[in-house]
Amino acid sequence: MLKRQEVIIAGMGGQGIMVIGQLLAHAAVMEGSSVVWFPTYGPETRGGFAECTVIVASEEIGSPVTSTPDVLIAMTQPLLDKFAPTVKPGGTIFVNTSLAEPPTNCPNCKIVGIAANDVATELGNVKAANMVMLGAYVGMLKPVKLESLKASMEEVLPEHNRRFIPANNAALEKGATLVGV
Amino acid sequence: MANRKLMKGNEAICYGAVAAGCDAFFGYPITPQNEIPELMSTLMPANNAVFLQAESEVSAINMVYGAASAGKRAMTSSSSPGISLKQEGISYIAGAELPCVIVNVQRGGPGLGNTQAGQADYFQTVKGGGHGDYKVLTLAPWSAQECYEFMPLAFDLADQYRGPVAILMDAIIGQMLEAVELHGDFPSIDRSKTWAVTGTRGRAHNVINSLWIDVNVMEELNIRLQARYRTAERDEVRYAEYQVDDADLVLVAYGCPARVCRTVVDLARQEGLKVGLFRPITLYPFPTARIAEIAKSGSQFMAVEMSCGQMVEDVKLAVNGAAEVLFYGRTGGVVPTPTEVFNFVVEYGVSSCAADKRA
Repeated sequence: MLKRQEVIIAGMGGQGIMVIGQLLAHAAVMEGSSVVWFPTYGPETRGGFAECTVIVASEEIGSPVTSTPDVLIAMTQPLLDKFAPTVKPGGTIFVNTSLAEPPTNCPNCKIVGIAANDVATELGNVKAANMVMLGAYVGMLKPVKLESLKASMEEVLPEHNRRFIPANNAALEKGATLVGV
Repeated sequence: MANRKLMKGNEAICYGAVAAGCDAFFGYPITPQNEIPELMSTLMPANNAVFLQAESEVSAINMVYGAASAGKRAMTSSSSPGISLKQEGISYIAGAELPCVIVNVQRGGPGLGNTQAGQADYFQTVKGGGHGDYKVLTLAPWSAQECYEFMPLAFDLADQYRGPVAILMDAIIGQMLEAVELHGDFPSIDRSKTWAVTGTRGRAHNVINSLWIDVNVMEELNIRLQARYRTAERDEVRYAEYQVDDADLVLVAYGCPARVCRTVVDLARQEGLKVGLFRPITLYPFPTARIAEIAKSGSQFMAVEMSCGQMVEDVKLAVNGAAEVLFYGRTGGVVPTPTEVFNFVVEYGVSSCAADKRA
């Protein structure tokens, strides 16, 4: 079990930023970890900024906010630009290279580029780009088991979106495969 | 593990209300508390209780006034601007000696402000936001679990002290997801209300009123209220401490900033700095006596708030000149991070403290 990992997931409204954060949080609780998830977003339903912070730890979590995350999952260029400089030295930045250029100003971080929109489109639905990114993150850094994420789908997704669960699971696995798992 | 369920603080409030046997919820939408009415709209009917979305905040608080008059466990929830609208009703409810629970998920202000987290409603909540000499017992949860735990406690305190009780949160405590154990294990208190207006069959009229033309009657009411507040100040003070015993600097914070400060304490201890956290859980009655006691031991204090400095005044009153009281605040919806609070502690708190010791 991880001792502590702070993750910021950021992109635009409509990309499923909140839901992948919630899947991560739910999977962590299933595995017995402490977890805090909290959202920040503008008033727009789609197209505005959307960020969430997830902290997973093996012990009680103090601050639910962080100014120096261990991991950034950036789905768009503006949010990558905003958060990339804040990632801890030695941290990891997952970049959706379909919509953002990998940063050149983070020499102390590991950069993982995933063309998530293109991969999701090939799988049949561009909306699963978020799941591809989540799969890559979980596949590489293993904050939780991929199986726990899949087991969280039913609980986290609203009823009208549960028909996407098989496609989501496939996208998660594809993301994990892309980082060599 | 099986009972741990991931939910927002706002949702935990709803399950806590159900556990408290809440009879009626009256509300009006406003971010960042909308998960409360949303979930209550299904939870209340499922528990044979009333959910009603009123036409305004003013209407909702007056419906609480009515339901509480009938001896029902009634509540409302809102966020800062909506709570301002309810103040007239809260004063009337206090004047009519009625129990109820009011949840405020504070956002950035003043004015319409924004939907991010704030704590600038402290004065309004604990010093009496409406007119007249009344107080609102106030509980400040710092986790989703406490949101759940404090609802039955709030209803019990409201019944016991016959007045409104506030749950004072902020957007982060309301919006963050955490695992909550819905244990359902709460003490049951006597909820019978001989004063309630429930029909006069077999007894004389009960009167619920806040208008007393006779000044002596009005003064008697005030004396009765003040006597209850003195009892609450004696019996209901709640707080939590983390690494306070040997601390040179004691951070004082509630809600989200208390969570931030808990991390700051850990960061400071890693650097060998003796920093602790004092967390008031009841904001009224404020833990004055305990803070005064800590001040005598020579600790310095630093209040950390998402306001321009409100609770810090109560810390200063408690310390009463016996120790230095510093303040760090962010406001307008900005949440302080552990790094910036830690840097402030190092720059202004512990360093001056160490300098004093060298002198």
